[in-house]
Amino acid sequence: MKILVPVKRVVDYNVKVRVKADGTGVDIANVKMSMNPFDEIAVEEAVRLREAGIATEVVAVSCGVTACQETLRAAMAIGADRGILVETDVELQPLAVAKLLKALCDKEQPTVVIGGKQAIDDDSNQTGQMLAALMGWPQATFASKVTLGDGVATVMREIDGGLETLEIKLPAVVTTDLRLNEPRYATLPNIMKAKKKPLDTVKPADLGVDIAPRLATLKVAEPPKRSAGVRVADVAQLVDKLKNEAKVI
Amino acid sequence: MAILVLAEHDNQTIKAATLNTVAAAAKLSGEIHVLVAGANCAAAASEAAKIAGVAKVRVSDAAHYESHTAENVAALVVALVANEVAGYSHILAPSTANGKNVAPRVAALLDVAQISDVTGIESADTFVRPIYAGNAMATVKSSDAVKVLTVRTTAFEAAAMLANEGGAASIEPLAAGLDLGLTTLKGRELTKSARPELGAAKIIVSGGRGLGSGENYHKLLEPLADALGAALGASRAAVDAGYVPNDYQVGQTGKIVAPQLYIAVGISGAIQHLAGMKDSKVIVAINKDPEAPIFQVADYGLVGDLFEVAPELTSALA
Repeated sequence: MKILVPVKRVVDYNVKVRVKADGTGVDIANVKMSMNPFDEIAVEEAVRLREAGIATEVVAVSCGVTACQETLRAAMAIGADRGILVETDVELQPLAVAKLLKALCDKEQPTVVIGGKQAIDDDSNQTGQMLAALMGWPQATFASKVTLGDGVATVMREIDGGLETLEIKLPAVVTTDLRLNEPRYATLPNIMKAKKKPLDTVKPADLGVDIAPRLATLKVAEPPKRSAGVRVADVAQLVDKLKNEAKVI
Repeated sequence: MAILVLAEHDNQTIKAATLNTVAAAAKLSGEIHVLVAGANCAAAASEAAKIAGVAKVRVSDAAHYESHTAENVAALVVALVANEVAGYSHILAPSTANGKNVAPRVAALLDVAQISDVTGIESADTFVRPIYAGNAMATVKSSDAVKVLTVRTTAFEAAAMLANEGGAASIEPLAAGLDLGLTTLKGRELTKSARPELGAAKIIVSGGRGLGSGENYHKLLEPLADALGAALGASRAAVDAGYVPNDYQVGQTGKIVAPQLYIAVGISGAIQHLAGMKDSKVIVAINKDPEAPIFQVADYGLVGDLFEVAPELTSALA
């Protein structure tokens, strides 16, 4: 069983991004880039399934600029067997990424695609669902537990108000939520080993996919700032403020 | 051209998120239709007909829509869009777990982009949405024929429910599509609570790692929430530490809330948490660390030991 894991290169989780003064975007020059945390969880899950003898191969895929090679190497350091970079400098939106992944799924024929539920840069939360739609496959988004069986997967999902368990036919797309697993730290020997693993590069045109953006970003602005209020000395003063000043209780 | 709103419902009643989504749809021009896809969902459909501003409710009642699985619902929506004589210019769903599951699938089947978590509607094709956990707001313009949006419910005041019997909107049946048979719901474990729903609550009491344990969380925050008639929330740290179930989580990857009053107890205020609650009307922070970032967004900050302050606050309100 082959598992395909899409991974995205994003601004690191701990970086507080700044909006550019000209309003054209956020400033990502010279900031630390990392693998999207949800994708890291996806890689970990796929590697665990291979280690458990359920999956035979884990293929990491990244779409974007040349530097996405680093993200693929990071996935291979966690344990992915090989990487595929779909290289382009064009801004990729979720629909375009889903189409690129569809082309790769047609070629690679994975049994399951496990990806992050959303990327922490554009916060779209779309690509997995879109890929499932384009493939005509079932989807199990926001997974907190994945069990692969014979021709079916059982997935526990985080939904509003609790959890639900779906049984989905394979092949399928699963997207990860935070509590699916805790990704391991890549060890130095594994980082070194990852450098020798195969990494293929293709271009969107090779896959015959139109990646033209459908959305134009007109501007990017700072969110409305919330200013700090006052410090209250004790509970009595707090209750008084809430009752008589804010009038919310 | 008309606008289609995908209703969030449990077959009996319409969820509040639908009302906010209809309110967002009202900012566009066109007749508003609401799709209620479910099983034995006539009650939900007649409730949808009472939402102010809705012209028509399309109801598709079939066993395979009972659990609202994305595969069947998305196929139904795409068929509806193809057959509606007036044509749909926009499809809106609330940005709930369900809406986020279905809307991208609909968009991909229509070969259009999807625009997530819309907080502002500038025109028929231009929308505002948060990126980077709300640290930046992007204004995007769509070049697609049909715009598929998920709506951040806290950004739009709920549409009213009309009092008159039967409601103003017509209810028209919609033939169900085939059951694709790709997915089967095996079970749901919903957190049972007499308290208000997190997404719809006027007051939220939320706890963080400062509480130290799940036992302390329940002992200190439940009485406080009950004294205020509030919903309970938590930071990711508290959820990861196992104090409370994951559906309590407020933040970038949890629930986005904007109540009248948000009381953060023992929450330091990580960016990801602030992204989920900074649009609350009034924020109260109780934390022993005077430097905690939560104080930078709090209207009222109380530096103190939550183990003393929380019970004191509870008895002051009782």
